[in-house]
Order: sequence, then structure tokens, then C-alpha cells
Amino acid sequence: MITLKPARLEWWWMALALGVLAVVATVAIGYGVVPLDAAAIVRSMLDRLPFVDIESGLDERQDAVLWAIRLPRVVLGGLVGATLALAGGAYQGSFRNPLADPYLLGVAAGAGLGATLAIAYLPASSLPISPLIVLAFAGAIGAVAMTYLVGNSVKAGRTSVTLILAGVAVAAFLTAVQTYLLQREAATLRQVYGWILGSLTTVGWHEVLLILPWVIITGGVVLTGRSRLDVLSVGDEEARALGVDPPRVRLVVVLAATLGTAAVVAVSGLIGFVGIIVPHTVRIVFGTSYKVVLPLSIVYGAAFLIVADLVARTLISPGELPIGVVTAFFGAPFFAFVLRSSRGVGT
Amino acid sequence: MTRTLPALLVALGLAATACATSSSPETSTEASGGFPVTIEAANGPVTITERPARIVSLSPTGTEVLFAIEAGDQVAAVDDQSNYPAAAPVTDLSGLEPNIEAIAALEADLVVIMFDVGGETVAALDAVGIPTLVHPAAVDLDDAYTQIEQLGAATGHIAEAAGLVAAMQGDIDGIVSGTEGAGDTYYHELGPDLYSATSATFAGELYAMLGLVNIADGADPDGFGYPQLSAEHIVSQNPDLVFLADTKCCGESAASVAARPGWDTMTAIQTGAIVELDDDIASRWGPRVVEFVAAIAAAIGARVGA
Repeated sequence: MITLKPARLEWWWMALALGVLAVVATVAIGYGVVPLDAAAIVRSMLDRLPFVDIESGLDERQDAVLWAIRLPRVVLGGLVGATLALAGGAYQGSFRNPLADPYLLGVAAGAGLGATLAIAYLPASSLPISPLIVLAFAGAIGAVAMTYLVGNSVKAGRTSVTLILAGVAVAAFLTAVQTYLLQREAATLRQVYGWILGSLTTVGWHEVLLILPWVIITGGVVLTGRSRLDVLSVGDEEARALGVDPPRVRLVVVLAATLGTAAVVAVSGLIGFVGIIVPHTVRIVFGTSYKVVLPLSIVYGAAFLIVADLVARTLISPGELPIGVVTAFFGAPFFAFVLRSSRGVGT
Repeated sequence: MTRTLPALLVALGLAATACATSSSPETSTEASGGFPVTIEAANGPVTITERPARIVSLSPTGTEVLFAIEAGDQVAAVDDQSNYPAAAPVTDLSGLEPNIEAIAALEADLVVIMFDVGGETVAALDAVGIPTLVHPAAVDLDDAYTQIEQLGAATGHIAEAAGLVAAMQGDIDGIVSGTEGAGDTYYHELGPDLYSATSATFAGELYAMLGLVNIADGADPDGFGYPQLSAEHIVSQNPDLVFLADTKCCGESAASVAARPGWDTMTAIQTGAIVELDDDIASRWGPRVVEFVAAIAAAIGARVGA
């Protein structure tokens, strides 16, 4: 007899998460390389409301710093963090593997190869959409498609591990191609390396609008599958007995998570660790049901990356740190602390 | 997962832009143009027994210097990045990962390289009897002049090298004395990811000679010289002049920079005080440094005249 842990998302858990996100976003908007008066920021925001017309006190360039540089960066950081955390949770549920992250099936390697190709051979930035974003996205999707092709070509003894192994092979191959290209085009090394470490340095509203549809699709599809992921957690055979088709759930959820990951990675670079640390922290603190893990991961993922980007852009201000370095450098000890304080609840 | 780039590659890539000579090299020659000659390069004393006739240059700057001091006909091969002058015999050779066998097969009798992490390349070339000069990125003009003089001594073109140095010094002095840019601020862009160069770098010193103030200074607590700036900082600093050294590598232009979010509020963008440099000229330390200095001076002149 299989009993599923009754688990539901308490309303105040979500309220707490949203509160944390609101505080984090406010701080991130208020602080930056350029000191802006908090009252002036509030006035400037009120001024943007319809039928409100007040003088913000910000000059033209301060206004541009706030609206064209800082705000889109905070919003994009939130979207990227939310998507990576959600995708990480979705991958972990689909593969019943606590170490699964959104890059498991080759997204990172594919996006990296696409970005390298774009940086090395298509530097024209006069196009409406930067070739880097297009090729990184296409590379990520292409890599996962390759992984599925390879994984499904296996005839006997196919399990979810088969797919993961196929992902390892595809990623190794694509990384080899990328490394070869880097050798040939050594001048692009720094730029590619910077992209690999992840950065929100030069993003604007354009990138926000670009990834928003994908992020919404991913969120919708993955959240819809949260109950089925709970069923999946008891094992494929048992899930089948409960009326769930594991390969089908896995395909849909993983595909959706991959779409979102590919989109955000295309604009932000390969920001690591978010997809592992956020869902696991939520799991340890609030419970293992995907009805809890997935919605809370979205909100805490957003908050985590906004904080990471705040550190990236202010710690050595006016210089920048790669955000991937920040997520790992501060995320890893934090995660170790969470692990220590937990009493073996988690996975 | 697989985000592993070979760390060495990265180190080399950074070294390509950031390396500095630790000791100032000196040249000792017995007689004018006479061989053997011993040269104190970054890799220690290098003895060249006779006038080289098959030089392999794996340094784009080295290539430019060799041709400028009339040693071009002694150059057998240059690396894939040596795109100037047009007469240079470009090959697939990589300066990043020199292929010792290929260099030996060219029957090289002198190799010029920019860096040699761990000294492996020099040791390997030494083993096959080929002398190697390591000429890393110059830290200042004097360093650049020293390298030119050393290449003159190494190739039997001492007089031509001295002439080139004198001409460069004269040209640059002339430009500097005819330029008044005191106090103007500038931003020097190395890539669309907003990497810049501080006043402590070779390029930064040239700007400083012309009296310009760098907005990247202060963003580089470690003194690395090449910080990544935040867009907020650049826009709010509102530099008087913007120099793009990423036009060839990355396709950036005055138009693409003006299209970046928030950048159109900068005075330099509005008034067109934005200079599209040739990446190669702005990143090498050979004879075309004069052109770089002239481009900076012209931008200052255009701003003053406006």
C-alpha cells in the first residue's frame, strides 16, 4: 500500500515568499553603483502611473540609470532565477534525481556552443535580435533534442538514467566542439568565458520581453504537472498503477523546463547552482511535495538571483563580478548551512 | 555540469591582454649589427649566433615591428592573428598554442612570441636549437621601444630600429604637444560586455599622456588593469569621449552603442564624441601606436572645435 504524504501549499508560506521577494526587489532597485535618492525613486515610479504627474528630481541620466538599466536588470534577474529554480525542481522530479539541474540534458553545452559561434562569427549587433541570443537558444534546444534522439535510440533496458547518460555524451561532444572553436578563435576567449560565467550587465527591457513568453509557458506547463510529479516520486511502476504515464509526464515537463531554461540562458549566460540550491532549500524547509516545492521555488529563485545580481554589481562597484561566481560563492556555503540545520528531511 | 573550459586557455587569453614585463629588458651587442648577439628578453638572455633568415613571428605586434624595421624579408612565417602588414606570410600557426613541430619544420632560426606560460614553448624550441624571444604586452612606451630595439639587434637591423623608435617618439611628442585635452573624461571599451582598460595599462597611459581622465580608474582595486564596468557607472559618469576598441572583434559601432538601453542620454553619444577605433591598432604596441595616439588626439580636437 502506497501512501502519499498529504502536502499542500499553506497560504502563508507563499505570502512569506512573496514578502521576501518584495523586500529583495525593493533593496535591489534602491541600491546600485549610482546612488539614487530613495524618495526620488518613489516619486519617479509614481510619475509613471497613469494620471500622475510629479517631478521626480532625477536628472535625465539618473532616470535612464533607474528605468533603462537598473529596473530591467532586477526584473530579468527575477525571471531568470525563477525559471532556473523551477526548471531545476522539475528536472529533479522528472528524473527522481536530487542532483538533476536544468543543464542535465545538455542545455548548457548547447547554449555555450551557440554563444561561441555567435561571438566568433556573427558579431553584427545591428540585427533586431542579437545573434548570440538566437544561437544560444537554438543550441540549447538542439542539444536536448540530440539527447532525446540518442536516448531513444537505445533499444533494451531504457530508463530515465539512459537519457541522463545520453545527455552526458551530448554535452561532452558539444563542449569539445566549443573548445576547438575557442582554440581557433582565441580572440573571443574572454567574451565567451564571460558569457559562460553568466552576466546581466548589458540587459534591458528588450531581453525581458524576449524571454517573457517562454518563461510563462514553462511556468504554466510545469506547475500544471506538479501533482503528477508527486505521483512519479514513488517510482515508475507504482505511478503507472496510479494512472500516470511516467515517460509522457517526463517528456512534457522536461520539455517545458528546457524551453524556459534555454530562453533565460540565452540572455543571461550559464548561471549555475540556482536550479539545485533553491528547490532543495525549499524542500528542506517546507516539505518535499512538488505542490510546495515548485511554486515556492519560483518565488525564492527570483529572490535569490536578484540578491546575487545585487552583489555582482555592487561588491566591487563600479566594477562587475560574474553572477555565476556570486551564486556559487555565496550559494554553496548557504546551502551547506541549510543542509546542516536540516535533520535529514530533504530528499 | 560541463562548463569546464581549460583553465590554461583562460589564463593564456587573459595574459594576451594583460601580461606585463616584470623586468625591463636590455640589449647588449658587441658591434653594430654584429652577431652573435645576446638579448635580455622576458625569458632571460637569448643568444643569436648569426643573422636570422627564417624568422617565425607568433606575435602580431612582433610581426608589425619586423616589417617596419625592414626585416620583413627575413620572416618565414607569422601566426594566424598577424594580419598586418599585408605582406606578412600568414600561416595557421597559433601564438596561443605554438606547434613546435610545425615551427621546426619551417626551419625557423628565430621565434618571437608574446607569452609562454610555464616556459614550455621556449624550452621545447630550445631543445630543437631555435632561439626564442618572449616579448609580452608592453606596459608602457619605453617597454615598446625596448622591444623594437631588441628586434633590431636580433635581426641585424639596429639602425632601422633606432630610426623607427626616434620617428615614433618624434611623432607622438608632436601630437601630444599639439593637443589640449586636459581634464576631459573618457571610456575605452574592449568589448560589448563593458570590459575596459584603466590608466595603468599601455592604452591607458597613452590617453593619460594626452591629458584625458579614465572613468575606469577606481573600478580596479586589484590593479589588474582590465575591469568590467557596470552600465550604470558609465552612463552616470557621462564621459566626454567614448572610444570603441571592439569594432572588429564584436561589430560594435557608434550606432550600436547609442542603441543600448539608457546610453542615448550620454552627452558623448548625443554629440557624436564616440570614436570607432581599429581593435588591432588599439591593442598592439608596435609602430601603429602613433596612429592610435593620433586618433585620440583627433577626437579631442573635434570635441574642442565643436
